[in-house]
Amino acid sequence: MNAPTSPQKLTVKDFATDQDVRWCPGCGDYAILKAVQKTLADLGADKDKTVFVSGIGCSSRFPYYMETYGFHTIHGRAPAIATGVKLANPELDVWIVTGDGDGLSIGGNHLMHAIRRNIDCQILLFNNEIYGLTKGQASPTSHLGTRSSTTPNGSTDAPLEPIKVALGAGARFVARTADKWIKEMPDVLKAARSHRGTAFVEILQNCIVYNDQVFAGFTGKEAQEGSFLHVEHGKPLLFGAGRAKGLRVKPGTFKLEVVTVGEGGVTEADLLVHDKTDPVLAGLLAAMRGPHFPIAFGVLYDDPAESHEAAVAAHKADQKARTPDVSINALLKRGRTWMVEGPKA
Amino acid sequence: MNETQTLSPGAGHAERTPLESAVVRFAGDSGDGIQLTGGQFTVASALAGNDLATFPDFPAEIRAPVGTTYGVSAFQINFGGRQINTSGDAADVLVAFNPAALKTNAKLVKRGGMIIVDTGNFGPRELKKAGYDHNPLDDDSLGDWKIVPVDISKLTLEAVADSGLGKSDALRCKNLWALGLVYWMFGRDRAPTAQWILQKFEKKEPAVAAANVAALNAGHAFGETMELLQGFHGYAVPAADLPPGLYRTITGGDGFALGLAAAAQLTETEMVFASYPITPASPILHHLVKLGAYGVTTHQAEDEIAAACVAIGASWAGAIGVTSSSGPGIALKGEALGLAVAAELPLVVINTQRAGPSTGMPTKTEQSDLFQAVWGRNGDTPLVVLAPQSPSDCFTMAIEAVRIAVKYMVPVMVLSDGYIANASEPWLIPDVDSLPHLPVAFRTEAEGYQPFARDPQTLARAWVKPGTPGLAHRIGGIERDALTGDISYDPANHQVMTDYRHAKVARVARDIPPQTIDQGPERGRLALVGWGSTYGPIRRAVSNLRAEGVEVSHIHLRNLWPLPENLGDMLAGFDHVLVPEMNVGQLCTLLRATYAKPFESLSKVTGQPFKIAEIEAAVRSRLEA
Repeated sequence: MNAPTSPQKLTVKDFATDQDVRWCPGCGDYAILKAVQKTLADLGADKDKTVFVSGIGCSSRFPYYMETYGFHTIHGRAPAIATGVKLANPELDVWIVTGDGDGLSIGGNHLMHAIRRNIDCQILLFNNEIYGLTKGQASPTSHLGTRSSTTPNGSTDAPLEPIKVALGAGARFVARTADKWIKEMPDVLKAARSHRGTAFVEILQNCIVYNDQVFAGFTGKEAQEGSFLHVEHGKPLLFGAGRAKGLRVKPGTFKLEVVTVGEGGVTEADLLVHDKTDPVLAGLLAAMRGPHFPIAFGVLYDDPAESHEAAVAAHKADQKARTPDVSINALLKRGRTWMVEGPKA
Repeated sequence: MNETQTLSPGAGHAERTPLESAVVRFAGDSGDGIQLTGGQFTVASALAGNDLATFPDFPAEIRAPVGTTYGVSAFQINFGGRQINTSGDAADVLVAFNPAALKTNAKLVKRGGMIIVDTGNFGPRELKKAGYDHNPLDDDSLGDWKIVPVDISKLTLEAVADSGLGKSDALRCKNLWALGLVYWMFGRDRAPTAQWILQKFEKKEPAVAAANVAALNAGHAFGETMELLQGFHGYAVPAADLPPGLYRTITGGDGFALGLAAAAQLTETEMVFASYPITPASPILHHLVKLGAYGVTTHQAEDEIAAACVAIGASWAGAIGVTSSSGPGIALKGEALGLAVAAELPLVVINTQRAGPSTGMPTKTEQSDLFQAVWGRNGDTPLVVLAPQSPSDCFTMAIEAVRIAVKYMVPVMVLSDGYIANASEPWLIPDVDSLPHLPVAFRTEAEGYQPFARDPQTLARAWVKPGTPGLAHRIGGIERDALTGDISYDPANHQVMTDYRHAKVARVARDIPPQTIDQGPERGRLALVGWGSTYGPIRRAVSNLRAEGVEVSHIHLRNLWPLPENLGDMLAGFDHVLVPEMNVGQLCTLLRATYAKPFESLSKVTGQPFKIAEIEAAVRSRLEA
């Protein structure tokens, strides 16, 4: 599904529908919608072969705004619906749009199993650390102390880290981006789309009504220097003002540490170089949190393996090869049969 | 493997006691190979030309502690020279492999029936495990039956002494020894079983194969040479007058699997079957997983909800989505079924019912999910409900469910039950090529396409495969505009869409066969109205009563929702309508609600099928009153 299928240049508008977008003004979802439309336009994607499947929640209204095939399903179940779509037609380019409540709470089981099966699709998990459509309850990714309508004294439940959940389920592609990384997001989405198998993308998304500015410190233009790191495969893990800071493995441990190039004898050669095929490094990068570490963005892990659909197709082909006569009449006569010659005289 | 053989009917034995039909029951530990023994006896009886019906009766526990009453597994077969409708009210012959089997199964034997007991397994330890404080073979507590004590264990060890097997392996042949004895009792040919044993074991475990054949032969020889009871020389059960043709045996699980594969061929459409393991529904998945070559893709989902959603996703993508479960799983699928109703997608849902509520009794049969099928979802959410009446009818109803689902773009639930799923019967193999083809027309014309525009006859919307050029559209579970499918909260539109969903399901009533009367007059004093697996006992009870001159009719419903259009008039022709069902009166309530008549319920919820005698007694009491 990488090959451009349309001769003329497509634009964002080609992927927009006539429906009024019903997200709150200023919602981070608008930027994500634009980035996805731009990604598909840039790639010359065939909108008739593109499918968006979603669950329930603010993010899950997404399919209505994409001029492609779309199915807005039920809470948490989009990965299961998408699995059925891919089993019926592996040729479709399937995108799952979900949120932190939809994907990690009510639908956590389906998310985990779609990933471990390695269904060939993109999963975009919009993480705003809150339930929006139900009016602001704490979500499974709300950080400790989040005050919400159901946690007036602050959330006491430890949050899930979406990328660590995905890696734990065996994801072969994980990436993180944010609504405020408008320029970077299409590159992450393009990488996700070109990955064969499940590509899991966490998109930090600001809920302007119920959890405003929760990511402000480390996303977009207001981000503080040194609070974020954009990873690039094959490049040293540098970040901060003048890209002076870097990550290395703390000698004698399995831990990362932040160092400054030029201080204490540290040179660029001492730094970790990002290797997107290293799942251990991906886990370490995904877990990084402020204030002592930057938040990692970009493709943290990308190491494809056989997709579920390919394995199913191979299995069916094998059964077919071992079945000389695939007519049902032949099937019904397999095994023990006997002839009754008719009523006794 | 394709073994076809021609029968020579009427191969009786001069000294044998003729029997029109007989019921044999095997009972022993879960690990004794009871189901295998019953399966082999079924094949031998089918090959002898009998009509038959079988009923495996096993515990939910896989291998309960040896010798306990709750670990007893049983298999019952009714076979004969006449039409066989049920697995039999009570057994003529019981083979009890241990005290626990005797204790739990003796009461299922006819008064005066024969009980063969393996005395080699009646030591103090075995008796204690079964909860006996003394040996029941030593007193007169079994006086209602003819007890035939045989040390099957010892005789089996003697028979296989040359095999080189250790004692515990050698003892595992005792089911074949007993089968050999029962083959002699009924004049059954043991060659096919011997052949089957050799085929199964000879390559990998030749000693096991030889020992089992030796045990089978020894049991048979024992019957020939020893007089089990004074003056008893075995029974002769004649072949039945079955319609000519090629036969096989079929269970309900087989019927669904083969029927679904046939439907995929008849519709020329790929099928995706998604299911989550649950007793007693799993055999359908086990069978279909082998049929990948026939256009069926199977998927073992992570849970029941996912199974329904995978099927729905597949249907939306242009395959026939099918999911399957039992009551607890169907409950979990409820929200997803609502989505399929709302999105107007074809979907087939098979519910192999079991005794509830909650986990209930997983291996025991019941018909208590009818309300769940017809009404068990949030919102006004109608779908179509069908019910096969026998194992082979599952084949027919699987095809019918697919036909309705794709024609009306609607979910169809098929209500089977634990009895139908596991019971088997002989089946005259149909010619699938002669069945009506069910071509599916996917819309490809872009001009004028509206996702919720409807066929004026069926009220179905068009089925469009994602990937079709120019037809990209969005649908979902939020109420949709009656034409464009766009989100709509418009009050009038919701009324229109609710009415469409009901009218569409109601129209299916015009497209199903009119209700017929299975037996008996079209008008009269009493009609029995049944559905599903009660077909066999009701049919036999009614034919017995009618043979005695009792005026009673049998109406059996295979379409539960919508009901056949002529059913109301038909029921009005009877003074009294009695509805036997294995629940507390669900069909009866549905019929009362539909026709506002005082129909009467005959309820049984023991986890066991109705006995013929129970239905006969109920009819008599109503007619005498």
